[in-house]
Amino acid sequence: MSMSSLLAFTPWPVFSALILLTLLVTAMYLARGTAHQAIHALFSALSRGFRLASHAIAHGEARLAARNRDVLLAAGREAKERIIEREFVRVGDTVRKDLANYPDMHRRLSEAIIRIEEDQEKAVEVPPEAPGWARAVEAVAKLDARNEGANILADIHKSMVKAHGEAMDDYRKASAERHSLLRRMMPDWRLIQETLGRVNTSVESVLARSLTIDRHMEEYDAIVRGEDRAVTVLSSSSVVYFFIAALVLAVATAGAAINFSLIARPMAEMVGGTSFVGSFRTADMAALVIIMVEISMGLFLMESLRITRLFPVISALSDKMRVRMIFITFTILLLMASVEAGLAYMREVLLQDELATSSLLRGDAVAAAINPHLWITTAAQMGMGFILPFALVFVAIPLETFVHSLRTVMGLIAIGVLRVLSLLLRVLGNGARHLGTLGQQVYDLMLFVPLWIETRMAVAAAEEAAEEAADARVNVEAQAWQEAQS
Amino acid sequence: MKRPVLILSGLLALCACAPPSMPRHTGVYLLVDTSGTYNHQVSKAEQIILYALSRLQPADSIAVARIDTGSFTEKNIIAKTTLDERPSTANQQKRAFASRIEHFIDESTPAPYTDITGGLLQAIEFLKEKDTGRKEILIFSDMKEDLAKGYVRDNLPLDFKGFDVVALNVTKLRSDNFDPREYLSRLDSWRARVEQGGGHWRVINDLDRLDGLL
Repeated sequence: MSMSSLLAFTPWPVFSALILLTLLVTAMYLARGTAHQAIHALFSALSRGFRLASHAIAHGEARLAARNRDVLLAAGREAKERIIEREFVRVGDTVRKDLANYPDMHRRLSEAIIRIEEDQEKAVEVPPEAPGWARAVEAVAKLDARNEGANILADIHKSMVKAHGEAMDDYRKASAERHSLLRRMMPDWRLIQETLGRVNTSVESVLARSLTIDRHMEEYDAIVRGEDRAVTVLSSSSVVYFFIAALVLAVATAGAAINFSLIARPMAEMVGGTSFVGSFRTADMAALVIIMVEISMGLFLMESLRITRLFPVISALSDKMRVRMIFITFTILLLMASVEAGLAYMREVLLQDELATSSLLRGDAVAAAINPHLWITTAAQMGMGFILPFALVFVAIPLETFVHSLRTVMGLIAIGVLRVLSLLLRVLGNGARHLGTLGQQVYDLMLFVPLWIETRMAVAAAEEAAEEAADARVNVEAQAWQEAQS
Repeated sequence: MKRPVLILSGLLALCACAPPSMPRHTGVYLLVDTSGTYNHQVSKAEQIILYALSRLQPADSIAVARIDTGSFTEKNIIAKTTLDERPSTANQQKRAFASRIEHFIDESTPAPYTDITGGLLQAIEFLKEKDTGRKEILIFSDMKEDLAKGYVRDNLPLDFKGFDVVALNVTKLRSDNFDPREYLSRLDSWRARVEQGGGHWRVINDLDRLDGLL
């Protein structure tokens, strides 16, 4: 039904419109209470729905945060255990290396000390014998004979000089022997000093490691106790590790891309350059598969070496099996690197062949000339083809860090998203509640005429009631006055 | 053990159900007009052929045929090849093809009549048989058809669906200089024939600017 036909039930459309408006307003006025209830119910339901959803998301966020915390603590605990284990291994190595020889060292020290004692005993200084001639000279001097005494004294003097000379010789000899003995002690002293120095270094190293272990143990304790500070530290570390690992992985991806370009062209010689799998060239896919296999071998090698721990199955293998795996994966890598070097050489050959053909077809004799320094690029390509597979082995380390930190980072992002969503839903819930009130007022706005009349009537009725009440009060008072007068 | 087998079987089934891939190779058929005065332009055709050859990829096909009195015959095909999938072999084939073309250019003799339609029919047959994804017919001619007595080429249905037809080095005849409308109407009539057959028509007269070709 069109508007014109709707307004045609009287000859005057304006009049018709007025009648319709009046009817509509009347109907709306009559249905005002129900409409208010309906609007209130609708927006209350919306508000409650939003708030409920907000609560549910907040609850989910809390659970996710708890899970993230658990994951973070577990990862931190594992990392700390590895660090502490490694420190203990280092301490063990130090002890084994330096203190395993302790009995031998002790024996050498004892021998050196015994030698020193013996030498020291030998080197004790013997005082020169006291001259035994003094009393004899005195007795001779008292003899009463002139010439005989002088002769005797002269002989004694001669003998004394001779004896003195011999005694001095003996003394010098003994001193020289003592000095030689003392000189012989020097290497022993040095040996003792060096040995004690080595022991000191080892002990200091062990002490330093023990301090590090203490620090790590404190952090480990904090993680085991689940302290907030430990969680914060682990969380920020995890984010940093994530970005560093992502950066290194990006670099590795660039390396893989270069590797790919090295082998994609010669692969066309092996699998054909025109066959496609879907929309991808088979040669490109084959080159990609080779690189992926190399990366996988690198992962297994790193896993077998226990540098990474992505596959628990490999870590749990016996040492014998792990060593076998190391040899197998390394051999495969070596073979693939050799194949890549060959393909890189083939690439250069093909490139030259293609250039020669193109220049022949263009009739360009200058371009066809062979560059004498071409071997440099060929060798460089071959070298890159050989080295890059081994370089890609180390992708395993940032990959492990990336995978481990990804869980935490994704958890943090999810928590942030859930928090924002919860806030948004809460705002929407409050908005819906206020919208309900606004809807009721907008409804009333369309009924301003009857509502104004209703208000006026209510005021008039109130005034009338007040007047009646006042009259009644006056009457009561007058009656009371009359009764009092009477 | 069963699970990987199941996954592999699923992948194989997917590959089997996948629609067959469209041919991606290019097929080029080059017609060289050797009739009358145009024969001395043949040396320029070598440049075009070598250019086309340099643009081809492994597994592409190429054929060079002459336009003479009766062109609707395999005997008119001077050289044809389908390049190998291996790039090194394809390069060898290109070099061999170039040497055959050189030989043809050296020994080309002028023909009394010009049967362009017969050449086009031959080209359509060849390229349809090769079933290449992209089909290019390059005509190195002045596009003036001059049929010998007894050769019927009127109202022949030429199916150019999926074909790109490129007229190269369409030289102006002496009569065209007197009345250029002849030249224009000649080109228009060929354009109409190709487009009515469902093909795409182009003219390249500047042989130094072959970038758009292939």
